[in-house]
Amino acid sequence: MLTAVLIGTSCSLLGSFLILRKSVMIGDAISHSVLPGIVLAFIFTEERAALPILIGAAVFGVLTTMFIQFLQRKSNVQEGAAIGISFTFFFALGVIMIALSTGGNVDIDQDCVLFGEIASTYLDKIFVNGYFVGTRSILTIAPVLLIVILFVVFGMKGLRLTSFNEDYAKALGINVNAWNYALLMLVSITAVLSFEAVGAVLVVGFLTIPPASAYLITNNLSKMLWLSVVFTLLSAVGGTLLALTLDVTISGMIVSVAGILFLLTWSGKIIMTKSKKIEKLSEV
Amino acid sequence: MNNLLEFFSFTNPTVRTVVLGTVLIAVCSSIVGTYTYLRKRSLVGDVVAHAIFPGICLGFVLSGSKNPIFLMLGAIAAGWIALVLMDAIVAKTKLKTDTAQAFILTFFFGLGTVFLAYIQKSGSAAQTGLHDFLLGKAANITQFDLAVFGVISLLLILLVLTYYKVFKLISFNEDYAASLGYNVKFYRFLLTTMTVVAVAVGIQAVGVVLMSALLITPAATARLWTHKLQHLMLIAGIFGALSGIFGAYVSYAAVNMPTGPWFVVFLTFFALLSIFIAPKNGILSKLKQKRINANKINRENVLKTFYNLMEHGAEQINTQLILEKRSFVPRVLEATLHKLKHQGLVQRKGNIYSLTEEGMVEAKRVVRLHRLWELYLTKRMNYKEDHIHGLAESMEHIITPEIEKDLLKELDYPTQDPHQSKIPY
Repeated sequence: MLTAVLIGTSCSLLGSFLILRKSVMIGDAISHSVLPGIVLAFIFTEERAALPILIGAAVFGVLTTMFIQFLQRKSNVQEGAAIGISFTFFFALGVIMIALSTGGNVDIDQDCVLFGEIASTYLDKIFVNGYFVGTRSILTIAPVLLIVILFVVFGMKGLRLTSFNEDYAKALGINVNAWNYALLMLVSITAVLSFEAVGAVLVVGFLTIPPASAYLITNNLSKMLWLSVVFTLLSAVGGTLLALTLDVTISGMIVSVAGILFLLTWSGKIIMTKSKKIEKLSEV
Repeated sequence: MNNLLEFFSFTNPTVRTVVLGTVLIAVCSSIVGTYTYLRKRSLVGDVVAHAIFPGICLGFVLSGSKNPIFLMLGAIAAGWIALVLMDAIVAKTKLKTDTAQAFILTFFFGLGTVFLAYIQKSGSAAQTGLHDFLLGKAANITQFDLAVFGVISLLLILLVLTYYKVFKLISFNEDYAASLGYNVKFYRFLLTTMTVVAVAVGIQAVGVVLMSALLITPAATARLWTHKLQHLMLIAGIFGALSGIFGAYVSYAAVNMPTGPWFVVFLTFFALLSIFIAPKNGILSKLKQKRINANKINRENVLKTFYNLMEHGAEQINTQLILEKRSFVPRVLEATLHKLKHQGLVQRKGNIYSLTEEGMVEAKRVVRLHRLWELYLTKRMNYKEDHIHGLAESMEHIITPEIEKDLLKELDYPTQDPHQSKIPY
């Protein structure tokens, strides 16, 4: 559950900016196309060491963004199509590399990539001098969350400007591209760390759904960030408890709960606006 | 080599089934994908591919079998609900399309994983069929699957043929179609359903994640080659089918190679190849056009310099003199002079160059256009005389004979440009 909360929080912070930049689907693409990076790192180091995997993933995250831009600029492919072509290509490469490097005896398979299982990360404990310090995924995700929080707090001004009005930011002399790549790089790092826990697809759920719910009820950026963290906490806790009771997959349940929270927020908002209208009418 | 012969002779019944199945799937999704691409809804395929997951699980639970027909019915229903919900989010909230897409995609997929875990817990032996559905199983296509694919592809192609004209209208301009009295909602419904069906079929070959490549990569590739819808579909279908066959071959020839990913790799390979070599839109042909233009501009500039030098009384023109008058890269100047000589516009005696008669005509034309444009800018556009030279420098290479005629008429066949130089005829 702690893993879910940590992953969820850093995802929802990053996701808020993706939503505002209308580049959620790029996040989706990246979460898939970092696969070859992971596999390559794995092949070279022959272990699941965090650092090489992170580097591999970050490299492929940036490669994907560059490939998408190449398709758009050099051949006028629509943005959506450029994204679709890129991530399917990289994902396919990743799967092929897995098939090439093994005959199936590496413990990353397509199943794991697609679904992930948060519960199994609990088994991977790390002991220092015999004392239990935490599970491996908590230990890797915690520093990333810290980086994300620092990035958001100190980069607030730049992120805000580049997210809301790219041209204005450019006019102020801010390096828009650098902010873009920094954000997307953090997204790919988070995506990778979340891979084994929640799977490639559901990472996007962590990235999108809580901030989307928050965006429904507020226009204020910092409120949106706080609210999306709250939504994340609710879905992480609720999802884990439900999943344990029903004995089903935890990450899937968390995303489902987040989705249901979104639908509830949405209908709540509809009811609110309707009752406001009725009030106004009765006043008249 | 043996493999190659064995595969492409199609004598092996398994190979025949797999190839036929993959080609059917490829052609179907390419054709339907052309519409999705033109309607700028490329990522919808991705959304549907993920969203049908819970539908497949439900279809399995309700029917109790992994009969592909039931699974597909479930899939189509779920895909449909997902798209309706997605459109509602875009229409009713301030969330943008991309957020709505990502939301639907992951929410439905999340629900799907929960259902799947539930099914797995109940321990049905038939659940492996569900996995095939998600991860693709192109190499294990059965005769029965083939029959199902065949019927569906026929239906889709029939639909496209019947409503070809209307679909075309709707893809390019919905409002216009509506104003002609077509029931746009109905046809949009039809198109969406076709997409969902194509995805539900294609997903069995390449799996959830790679499905959207089957839809859009062929269409995007074909778009580089042609603008006509019929050709677009044809080319997309061909690229799709070829990639399918190659993908099937690799997984046949190499041990442990999955078909779906290779299918997609070949699709992307064709796309990249087209980006480079496609006529008109390809990078290479664009570069070539650029070079042709640059050469033309160089030639015209050299001719113009000849004229200017002669106008100022120069008689013995060598490269030194030309370089003093106008800056060229010396090597480029050599090459351009060589080309001009080859074209019969310039002749050479020792180190001295001179214009031929034809060269003179051409040089006069360039200078005339330059000076006409300068005059036009000052007279009609009220430009200051010291601002016009640069503009005329680029326009002189662009103005066509028709525009020249109009300019002459408009300026009433002038004899002098704003700098009191003579306009040569």
